[in-house]
Amino acid sequence: MSVGVARSSPLSSWRRRLLTRRARRAGLNLLGLLVALIALFPIFWMVSTAFKPATEWYTLTPHPLPSHPTLGNFRAVIDGSVVGLPYWNFLKNSLFVTVVSVLASSLIALLAAIALARFRFRFRAVYLIMLLIVQMLPQQALVIALFIDFRSLNLLDSLVGLILVYTAFALPVTIWMLRNFVAAVPRELEEAAAIDGAGPMKAFWRILLPLVAPGLVATSVFAFVFAYNEFIFALTFLGTDTAKFTLPIYVQYFYGRNGADWGAIMAASTLFTIPVLVFFLLVQRRLRAGLIAGAVKG
Amino acid sequence: MVRTVTGRPGNIDSPAGPPSEAPPGFRRRWTRFVRRHRLVPYLLLLPSAAVIAALVIWPTIQVAEFSFQNYGLPQLVGSAPTQWVGFANYTQVLHDPEFWLSLRLSVLSAAAMVPLTLVVGTLVGLLLSRLGRKMAAFVSSVSILAWATPAVSASVIFVWLATPDGGVVDWFLSKLPSWLGGGAHWVGFSWTNAALPAYTLATAVVVWLGFPFIAVSVLAGLRTIPAELFESARVDGGGPWTIFWRVTYPLLRPIFQVLFLLSVIWDFGVFTQVFIIIGELGQRDEYNLGIYEYATAFQLPPAYGLASALAFILTIILLIITIGYVRASVREGALR
Repeated sequence: MSVGVARSSPLSSWRRRLLTRRARRAGLNLLGLLVALIALFPIFWMVSTAFKPATEWYTLTPHPLPSHPTLGNFRAVIDGSVVGLPYWNFLKNSLFVTVVSVLASSLIALLAAIALARFRFRFRAVYLIMLLIVQMLPQQALVIALFIDFRSLNLLDSLVGLILVYTAFALPVTIWMLRNFVAAVPRELEEAAAIDGAGPMKAFWRILLPLVAPGLVATSVFAFVFAYNEFIFALTFLGTDTAKFTLPIYVQYFYGRNGADWGAIMAASTLFTIPVLVFFLLVQRRLRAGLIAGAVKG
Repeated sequence: MVRTVTGRPGNIDSPAGPPSEAPPGFRRRWTRFVRRHRLVPYLLLLPSAAVIAALVIWPTIQVAEFSFQNYGLPQLVGSAPTQWVGFANYTQVLHDPEFWLSLRLSVLSAAAMVPLTLVVGTLVGLLLSRLGRKMAAFVSSVSILAWATPAVSASVIFVWLATPDGGVVDWFLSKLPSWLGGGAHWVGFSWTNAALPAYTLATAVVVWLGFPFIAVSVLAGLRTIPAELFESARVDGGGPWTIFWRVTYPLLRPIFQVLFLLSVIWDFGVFTQVFIIIGELGQRDEYNLGIYEYATAFQLPPAYGLASALAFILTIILLIITIGYVRASVREGALR
């Protein structure tokens, strides 16, 4: 008997270890699913409510899925029965402001990033620290002065005013991130091009730009998300002219006016949120590198 | 080696642009001037410096200036002159009970939001590092969706989740067993009518939006720690708690420091989430410092001078934290 124990004990302890390892792995996976569930639930609930008729979201016992899915909420949003203007109008405003400010800030930031990554000069450290500080200034403080300035410049109720502000506020983060991408391009490539007789402009177009392009995509995603989501400036500058509203202000206005029509509010919010989430899923892999490179969040 | 680039030597100033009307030789002299004084980096920085100076730094100086003036609606439309009032706005602020109330709310809510976001984010980051590759990719991309959700949407969704009629939160809490604090008293509970529940809801939104960024940053840090360190700690009999505080935390301290300071800056100045949850500017007893300042500036009658004093106080508080953040970043070698 003692022999039997001696023979089976290493096996059973090995088996026990395997079992505990499996149990641990299952437990970890379960926790992972829980995290995914918590991250997804509000988004899921928004979309699900958007497809529910009023009788289904206004109940005492909520159900996860609509039993009679309807497009009525989306129709109300797209027809524009609440704000008086269709959803497309606001999407157009948002895309215009976002695309122009992203292009402007990427271009300006690329020039600055080249200076900061490729040259050593006197005020380099000062400039970098200035960018860090500027990035942290509270927007709800600056909005007072910008409101007064823009009023005298006739830039209130104007998408141009928003483009200016979004370009400026995206710059610090964009420059910081792009600087890392420019620094990652080996200097020898440009030197080789110079030896081959290419001028600095040519070296930029043929060598640096193609190699920095992926970084440019990653940083512009952050500028894009900042401009697409921005709330305080749009709220303050676009006070009276509903037609000029960008999507965040539209959703907030819709919610303020439509107090209890949660189906329509969630439909509006879905049409605002889903495009940016789809965009994120598409560019994800590039993004994670950028997320680590520069600390950003509005 | 790199033979794709072709071009004649000395081609730098080839007339690619429109013909310049400057006198002949001007271009060459300009190029030589730029070279001799090493102006290239400064020229490259010029556009960004100009935009930031005009749209961020100048307004900051203006806010400081307005805070010493009686700037209001008459001054805005130009029907009355702007006058310097010294520290009058600041004395008014310091004697204003609403200011202290809003400051208290800002401090208390940041004191709840920052640790919660950091703890949840770190735990998720640790979890991600121990999951299999596919599961980790799935969980992190789903979490990134929470991070990417616009603050406006997230706030509206959470208000809907917690609404007294038909909201899923009150329903869930009413179904919980009583020893977990559940029960029928949750039916019809309003989360937006008083400061404590409203800021509990705001904290939930902030944590939900913020934990993925912390998790991904912590995960990136964990990947830099050699696995042998954890292994030897485990062999020495360390439990997960000991290993975290003896190995992980000391090694990732710079990352945690930066994440902590960033969270403090973001959460102390949180605006959008609170603005939407308390229902725009309706409930004065639910204002935090940023909202109180905004309401002072933009609710009728607008008091831009007084609001600028509040804004300047907010800016100074955040700048003090920012200095800590800058120092931590510099120590980490960010300027290299």
